[in-house]
Amino acid sequence: MNTAAESIIEVKGLAKRFGKVIALDGISFSVKRGEIFGFLGPNGAGKTTTIRILTGIIVPDAGDASIAGIDIQRDPLNAKMRIGVIPELGNIYVDLTARENIILAGRFYGMFRHVLEKKADELLKRFEIYERRNDPLRSFSKGMKQRVNIASALVHDPEILFLDEPTSGLDVQSQRLIKGIIGEINRKGTTIFLTTHNIEEANVLCQRVGIINKGRIASIDTPESLKRTFEETRSVTCSFDMPADIALFEGNSLVNRLDRMGDKWRLYTDNPDELVKYLASRASEQGLSFTSLEICGASLEDAFLRLTQGGERHVS
Amino acid sequence: MSHEWLNRQFFRGVSVITRKDIRIYYTKPPVIIFGLLFPLFMFLAFYLGKRLDFGLFFPGLLAMFIFFIASSVGPLITPWEKQAGTYERLLSFPVTINTIILGDTVAGMVFSIMINLVVLAAGLIFLRYDVKVILLAAAVITGAFCFSSLGVLLASPSVPNPSYIMMISSLIRFPLVFISGIFIPLETLKGVGLALACCSPITYLVDLMNLCLRGRQRFSIWADFAALLFFTALFIASASGIHRKNLMRGL
Repeated sequence: MNTAAESIIEVKGLAKRFGKVIALDGISFSVKRGEIFGFLGPNGAGKTTTIRILTGIIVPDAGDASIAGIDIQRDPLNAKMRIGVIPELGNIYVDLTARENIILAGRFYGMFRHVLEKKADELLKRFEIYERRNDPLRSFSKGMKQRVNIASALVHDPEILFLDEPTSGLDVQSQRLIKGIIGEINRKGTTIFLTTHNIEEANVLCQRVGIINKGRIASIDTPESLKRTFEETRSVTCSFDMPADIALFEGNSLVNRLDRMGDKWRLYTDNPDELVKYLASRASEQGLSFTSLEICGASLEDAFLRLTQGGERHVS
Repeated sequence: MSHEWLNRQFFRGVSVITRKDIRIYYTKPPVIIFGLLFPLFMFLAFYLGKRLDFGLFFPGLLAMFIFFIASSVGPLITPWEKQAGTYERLLSFPVTINTIILGDTVAGMVFSIMINLVVLAAGLIFLRYDVKVILLAAAVITGAFCFSSLGVLLASPSVPNPSYIMMISSLIRFPLVFISGIFIPLETLKGVGLALACCSPITYLVDLMNLCLRGRQRFSIWADFAALLFFTALFIASASGIHRKNLMRGL
């Protein structure tokens, strides 16, 4: 299989530092055409620096990045013609109306006026803001502004859409609409590169996730594979009708770790099935009744936390 | 990509940015205050209550208006865009920093020309000059472009708040006005006064205005245009370098 032909984003040995702080330390990865790729990491991990390099906003100190086979450093304008970017919230002109913002974005790509106006109206309807198309954005809610932001990035039908924290701080309705639209445009063939803090969002939306920490790629895999890597983070959560003594759980080889959460106990284990059977027998012996019992699989959050432990690194 | 496509994309970007600036920034209060009201009050403070030959000073005052208005838009755009978070979005469009700088410069120039057409028309109605129209048009366009590029250069330092830029801008623009032969006719300047005047780009537009309206001149036409073009190139090159250096600051 020709992997180069499949990849729409290719990153090789990308490095960037700001003063003494290493933002990116020679990262390499690729994103396949048509996939939703999630880029996760704690604050300061290098997510935004990566997205800024890939979208031609800043240049790396070393390494190469290509968009649809075009070197972003050598031919940035051509590469930028193929991408849509939603940097973060608030990146639209609040003095302009929703329609004016979308049309302004389209003009940069040389779209003909009648095509642009038709496309702008389509997007306004799709994002459920057509009724307010002529209102200045300063009167819009955060969620509605973000819809205009995304609509503006889609006006020229980009091959790749970069989204930096697209649902951060939005109301539930806007989050749901935006996630739905991300899925919809991906099904139509647009590749999505998405950074997020929201691990559940990455879990639900992304076909693969890359975890970046301290400027290095900690892991790239499917959400399910990452979860499987951390099987030991599976747990059983239970509570009883009467206070249970810690001795009920301690010393058992099935329990790797124990957390008390209010009136509940969380027991981390490699073998939830055996642990549940054990707990049921001990509870019966001691006359305790379960008020709740839940088996929790390994979460992407656990995988993320395991992969991103540590502090900031500096050049000596 | 061909050079033809790159050129077309460059000028398209300049045109879109200019239109965006005109639509958004012309009516912003600091632009009105620093671009229109300041030169108007300076003119009134200078002229009212004095028995001056207005015909003698009008060319200089017109140059001052062109300077203030052209250089009032540029200093605000980048700091405002960085503060609002729109600058990063702008950079992600198929444009370069030079496209943005040139777009902002053209926006300042157009603003200045539009307002000064009114000032000029008023002057021509009340003062009967024998106008060299083509030269006047060339001088106004060149001067407005030069001063607008100074405005864009003034926007290059990275500041936490756009109001800081207006302070820096005033610190630079006011001294330039006072050394440029606006309030003291260029013909009478000598020694240090003349040397200082030569350091200011406004001086060369004042000289051209004097030639276009009064038929008097201190330097030659070519020297005036060459000086204005030299200052324009210097301001744009400096703005490009500093904007590039400060790109990440405030994003």
